[in-house]
Amino acid sequence: MKSIRIGNAAGFLGDNLDAPRQLAEAGGLDYLTLEYLAELTLSILARVREKNPAAGYAGDFLEVLGSLVPALASQPNLKIVTNAGGMNPAACAAAAGRLLAEAGLGETPIGVVTGDDILPRLAELQSAGCAFTNLDTGAPLSQQQQPVSANAYLGARPIVDCLAGGARLVITGRVADASLTVASAVHEFGWRWDDWDRLAGASVAGHIIECGAQATGGFYPHWQGIELGRVGYPIAVLADDGACQITKPVGSGGVVNRETVCEQLVYEIGDPTHYLTPDVDVDFTGVEVSADGVDRARVRGGRGRAAPESYKVSLAYRAGFTASGTLLVYGRDCVAKARECGRIVFEKLRAAGFEYDRQLVECLGAGEGVPGLNRPPADLVEVVLRVSVQDRRREAVERFTKELAPLITAGPAGLAGYAAGRASVRPVFAYWPTLVPKRLIAAETRVATAQQWSQP
Amino acid sequence: MSAAKTIRLAEIAHARSGDKGNHANVGVIAYTPAGFAYLRRELTAERVGAYFAGLGVTRVERFELAGIGAFNFLLYDALGGGASQSLRIDTQGKLLSTALMEIELPAADNAAAMRRGDG
Repeated sequence: MKSIRIGNAAGFLGDNLDAPRQLAEAGGLDYLTLEYLAELTLSILARVREKNPAAGYAGDFLEVLGSLVPALASQPNLKIVTNAGGMNPAACAAAAGRLLAEAGLGETPIGVVTGDDILPRLAELQSAGCAFTNLDTGAPLSQQQQPVSANAYLGARPIVDCLAGGARLVITGRVADASLTVASAVHEFGWRWDDWDRLAGASVAGHIIECGAQATGGFYPHWQGIELGRVGYPIAVLADDGACQITKPVGSGGVVNRETVCEQLVYEIGDPTHYLTPDVDVDFTGVEVSADGVDRARVRGGRGRAAPESYKVSLAYRAGFTASGTLLVYGRDCVAKARECGRIVFEKLRAAGFEYDRQLVECLGAGEGVPGLNRPPADLVEVVLRVSVQDRRREAVERFTKELAPLITAGPAGLAGYAAGRASVRPVFAYWPTLVPKRLIAAETRVATAQQWSQP
Repeated sequence: MSAAKTIRLAEIAHARSGDKGNHANVGVIAYTPAGFAYLRRELTAERVGAYFAGLGVTRVERFELAGIGAFNFLLYDALGGGASQSLRIDTQGKLLSTALMEIELPAADNAAAMRRGDG
């Protein structure tokens, strides 16, 4: 049975910059996918684009693409599919085109997928009857919210259109993570769009590799003796029937076994009978994972049903400002001392006329990474005091950031760690998960050479 | 029940957790079929909800993944606002799987059949 090798070497914007090159050079891949967009990454990139219309994509991708030039040149069958386009896929393609043209790969066809960004269309879509109801709270989107980004999770189809148009590099904005893998499979195997079980199998493979090293030993509880310093990123060897083998480059660090693959299978899922993607509604409950030799696990049994009628939309709106500051608190009474420091900070702020919408004091080291679980041991000698606020008023949060440093000289004995300076004030983008009917959204694609994209 | 007679979840299962907006999920995978059967009985949604009461969880839902011998727990409103608004250091609930490993469950006769082998 025919199979293809799909490797994923990025799980979020900020992931390891060397992994894509290592995977491409070692993996004998047909497809390299690079997944950069967490739920709120787009709202951050939207702000970047606000300041600079030529920005707003995953800047890391350009450095990565530069490192992939030798692999692209020596492996004519290697294709790259990425959502690095973020808020600005065309600008990303232009920059990528310039880079490839300068590297002598100007003829490389680049496909770009757009149409996911519905922020400019919100009013139009609302008058078309779309209330953008919050999936968690049931509340309709109101005039009070100030959306900074709204992106529909597109599926595999427009990527397949680009690949069918000859693209070797496909750059998208927001598409569902698993769709990067599904598109590769549909293009290679020529599956029908109602071949639900096969689409489900590819979605399961995509879900397992989408977070990079989390499938190959990253975040693994049995980390002892596993070389995570040179962890290999995951490869799905996907067969025409939708089953796959998960593996990693020979000689790389990390581990692939039944356990690491099962852990990634259950990562960030809800009802396992309905793992919803734009391509297919997947039932995970029959999925089986079995060991298949050293650093290899077999995955089969994903079942699919018709895809949902709506696209999920990731919308973000402004929700004031936030800041967090830390101090090291040392000494045998460190927990009590840290709590007193937190109390002093807010007493002084109250005296200055500031109350906050939300505030939090954490004694890190005393088990407060998960609130309410552990009682701190009596013999702790140091904790990190972490104080945080959120408020609608920037000036209130700014004032907060000035209240931690004075403790160094005015607080109890045993404080250190303010050399890094004041905490910075960040805007908060709150998440508003919602849906939009597919019939109201049109994905657009364009395939052109790197040279052509690089022309202004 | 004395501590020596209980079973620590880490002896018989492993887990991973993450965020879904302001909700968190913890997927718990049994090492053996015997452990899976035991967890079906003992690792109830109520017990997990009580364990994580300090998070402000409003509801816990348990789903079964029989193919891999696992349960997925959805912890509603567990993240103090979620990745976008949470003031906690663990904005995305990544620590919850490691934390749940410490839960103590009632003793069982067949504990040996539930323990991890060679991985």
